[in-house]
Amino acid sequence: MQSLARAAAAFAACLALAATARAQDLVPPDVLVKNVTLEVVDIVKKDKDIQAGDRRKVIDLIQTKVLPHFNFEAMTASAVGRHWAKATPEQRARLVEEFRTLLVRTYASSIAAYRDQKFDFRPLRAKPTDTDVTVTVRILQSGAEPIQLEYDMEKRPGGWKVWDVRIAGISLVANYRTEFDNAVRNGGIDGLIKALQAKNTAIERGPTTAERKS
Amino acid sequence: MSRDTLGAGWGAKLRRAAAALLVALSAGCATPNGDPRDPIEGFNRAMFSFNEAFDQAIGKPVATAYREVIPGPVRTWVRNFFSNIADLFIGVNNLLQGKPADALSDWARFAFNTTIGLFGINDVASDMGFEKHDEDFGQTFGRWGVPDGAYIVWPFLGSSTVRDTVGLVFDIGLDPVWRHEPRDPRRFMLVLRAVGRRADLLDASRILEEAALDKYVFQRDAYLQRRRSLIHDGNPPRAERPEAPRAERADLPHAGAALEERPGAEEARRDLSRAGALLEEPAAAPQSHAEPFVGSAPAGAPRGG
Repeated sequence: MQSLARAAAAFAACLALAATARAQDLVPPDVLVKNVTLEVVDIVKKDKDIQAGDRRKVIDLIQTKVLPHFNFEAMTASAVGRHWAKATPEQRARLVEEFRTLLVRTYASSIAAYRDQKFDFRPLRAKPTDTDVTVTVRILQSGAEPIQLEYDMEKRPGGWKVWDVRIAGISLVANYRTEFDNAVRNGGIDGLIKALQAKNTAIERGPTTAERKS
Repeated sequence: MSRDTLGAGWGAKLRRAAAALLVALSAGCATPNGDPRDPIEGFNRAMFSFNEAFDQAIGKPVATAYREVIPGPVRTWVRNFFSNIADLFIGVNNLLQGKPADALSDWARFAFNTTIGLFGINDVASDMGFEKHDEDFGQTFGRWGVPDGAYIVWPFLGSSTVRDTVGLVFDIGLDPVWRHEPRDPRRFMLVLRAVGRRADLLDASRILEEAALDKYVFQRDAYLQRRRSLIHDGNPPRAERPEAPRAERADLPHAGAALEERPGAEEARRDLSRAGALLEEPAAAPQSHAEPFVGSAPAGAPRGG
């Protein structure tokens, strides 16, 4: 009897999951980007701690609001490029982890640099059947041309996921490709993991450390 | 921070920068990574180190002081003033690129901002719907089909290519600020413009510092990608985009393990290397810069050998 009840509960949980997955599916990619952007900006504007430079809070904010919409496996695989095939599952997991940490830290710094700029959410140019789209947002600023942000997004079972971001035409994934390739050719996959770790530790210690060294 | 210690610090840093430059130059133009887009990487890295040292010693401190001392609205006036002057030749370049409507919009910007906007210090044209553009002669030549040519780092000016250097000669030669007479106000304006630009980049440079494993490579690739995007006004042809093929995009967590068996994988990897930064498998040359590149440390200058 008890096992039957457990099975029923498990089934109900499955249904609930399927329902949320479908509900997320219904959020079109451009709407998703707009909602998340506005939500994050709104929180940053209201939060006194973040404005005072509380990094931990910014990172928390990114982890809860932004990260779920990124496909880090895909980003890492693409940035590591042809070496990805040679990496063991453990190495891949480490690479994804370190790359995610690096991107989150960098992203936290960009959010901290936010100064009340206005956003221009461009209409999505895609067919309803498309599963791979680019969502464009422009940041408007006085006396300078707008900065264009493009999110390459893919439709996946859990909803639309970002697999590359282009900032002013500079693809994040492509920009890491040469660096990663050099690191792998120099010290193998483990060398790249070590380089990423060292970089993350250096950022942890604060941006002034690098300056003091000079 | 007293003035004396500041001055001494600068002197020492500049001497170190000059020493790094000499060592690197005498080491010759090595190509540590054999990247086909960057045949003079040894020279470029030396220039990069010199620029970094100069920036640490003078550029960044002056820009930081400027940002701290001059109130935000005044800095916006300064930015707008120079941005307005630049609109004249941005319009010329748009015309040369066969975009007369954009050119007219640029000149309308100049007309409105110079008059209603009080010599350009207020960007009223943007509010009226005339959008700011970013054009220069390097982009115009690119639009005409001139390829990038080798990547070059110039002292003080930074990242460029052969094509963009020729463009820069035109940009500077025709620049109203550079042509301004008499000399003293011209010098003042050139310095003010440079300091303002550097101040606008303070946040970006800090982020770059954090994001890059090897700042030289990161900056070079970003420059080349950015220029390509600019030449196509933000819409470079899709085929050549650094598009990750589906097989490389690990359909599910750990599904990437199945990559080797997939029929499209080899083709996908070929696509990747074509689209991405690495054009061909270069001969694995010994490198010495896998360690994260920090700041301006001139010790990092001589490379490859």
